[in-house]
Amino acid sequence: MPSLNTAASTHADRWTGARLQPGLALKDLRPSSRRVWRNRRNAILIGLATLLVLIPVGMILAYIVAKGFRYMNLEFLTHSEPFSDRKVSGGFLNGLVGTALMVGIASAVSIPLGVLGAVYLVEYGKKNWLAKLIRFFADVMTGVPSIFVGLFVYTALVVHYGFGALMGAAALAIIMMPIVVRSTEEMLKLVPQELKDASYGLGAAKWTTITKVIIPSALPGISTGVMLAIARAAGETAPLILTALGSLQLTAKLWNSPISALPLAILQGARNPFAAGQARAWAGALELIIIVLVLTVLARVISSRSRLTK
Amino acid sequence: MNTVEARPAEVTPATEPPVFTVRDLSMRYGNSLALKDVNMDISPRRITAIIGPSGCGKSTLIRCFNRMNELIPGARVSGEILYHGQDIYGPGVDPVVVRRHIGMVFQRPNPFPKSIYDNVAFGAKINGYRGDMDELVERCLRRAALWDEVKSQLKKSALDLSGGQQQRLCIARAIAVEPDVILMDEPASALDPIATVRIEDLMQELKKDYSIIIVTHNMQQAARVSDETAFLYTEVDEATSHRWGILVEFGETSQIFTRPKDKRTEDYVSGRFG
Repeated sequence: MPSLNTAASTHADRWTGARLQPGLALKDLRPSSRRVWRNRRNAILIGLATLLVLIPVGMILAYIVAKGFRYMNLEFLTHSEPFSDRKVSGGFLNGLVGTALMVGIASAVSIPLGVLGAVYLVEYGKKNWLAKLIRFFADVMTGVPSIFVGLFVYTALVVHYGFGALMGAAALAIIMMPIVVRSTEEMLKLVPQELKDASYGLGAAKWTTITKVIIPSALPGISTGVMLAIARAAGETAPLILTALGSLQLTAKLWNSPISALPLAILQGARNPFAAGQARAWAGALELIIIVLVLTVLARVISSRSRLTK
Repeated sequence: MNTVEARPAEVTPATEPPVFTVRDLSMRYGNSLALKDVNMDISPRRITAIIGPSGCGKSTLIRCFNRMNELIPGARVSGEILYHGQDIYGPGVDPVVVRRHIGMVFQRPNPFPKSIYDNVAFGAKINGYRGDMDELVERCLRRAALWDEVKSQLKKSALDLSGGQQQRLCIARAIAVEPDVILMDEPASALDPIATVRIEDLMQELKKDYSIIIVTHNMQQAARVSDETAFLYTEVDEATSHRWGILVEFGETSQIFTRPKDKRTEDYVSGRFG
């Protein structure tokens, strides 16, 4: 490349590619072919990696939809399991009711407690030892395999009081709580100090500021975390085997009666040798995945309305 | 020395007893001193400006007047601030009650993510206002010179307003709890010149009923709007290079800007630094 003057030449030589100079237009300057090639190669590699990640997700969805739709009908949604896996009839209403009951009770317990716990962490505990301890254990709890939670509830409650919806709900609540605490904490932390200052500046007490300003401002974000926790609980299988046990009967009894749940009914159908039972399991999987998808999309829609997370 | 234009606002004479008497006020964050031995009297229904270079403790000082400093962990105050003769840092005094009497407008407009109406009504609601809320909201918005711009859209989100409108909304929200004093911490620093003029005009309007303390880094603004001016400056401990703010000079704004007694004040107001 010809240099403009000798003084600049040592400097200009370090650069590859042409510099703008008399006789050259901007459009004549091109990055080196090596840079162009590298850029393309890397863009293609990243695209491939993304595709690779999407393949299993897409296949699972496609497979479940294809297999599940065959048996998905009004009868499936409104009837419970037949007493024989051989029979081509009935559906997972017992599982749906059990899941709704147990996830409902677990949510009623874990969401208020979890949100209040997060309020403690952000507004009261901050960085004291108790807050650090709670954070640490919440993180550990999110990582604990859910079968351990089932085992814990089994030895602590089921051994004394028998299988039932309440025991299942207890296990699900334990799984949901740390998720609610940590996601709510992140959302509460996003509430700007200016907003809190505004409230305190108007003579609001701390609790008024929390209930009237901080929680309402963070609500869209909080509900996202809550929805994800509910979706997680709805799909849990392992802890329910040891606490709800599963049942063919449609029941809404809270204790002293084993109860079904969608994941349990799917497990039951999938591991039996008869085609009818397996078909029900596919339809159940479709039903469950639709519930989880709806909750996840709902969480996305709500959080996209949030002004804080924008 | 550059001359500062004469103030358009009429000067209110200080004859009544002070709203605030600040005695030997010092402020620490943890162990580091932020403000040292401030003494001053704030006159009622006048505008008192606090000026000084960055980091001299202007915001720290104004936040002492309504105990907002306590929200920062480790903040400690010594000395006293007498509000109509009573120490706001005295034993048994609830900061919530103090803030109910002494309102505040912040540097960045900070409306709640609620409707315009709810923003103004918020303070009144939490303080147990039992009167006609619609009337109160209208009166405060009128007082803050915002009513005509928003009267048809009171249910709209306050966050859709422009910055200048948001700041006037914050002023309306502050006066809705019927305070006695309004503290303004650089209320126009985030606004454009036209919005700034509107806020300044509004302050002249408000000083008929309220005592106003304003922090500003803009000397022209202090000269334009205030009756009295306090000049804060940073003192440095050479050994530890630790810095804190002191009150250098306090007096009538015309005196501070035209006949400063202290050399540091003169250097600052004549634009030699800061």
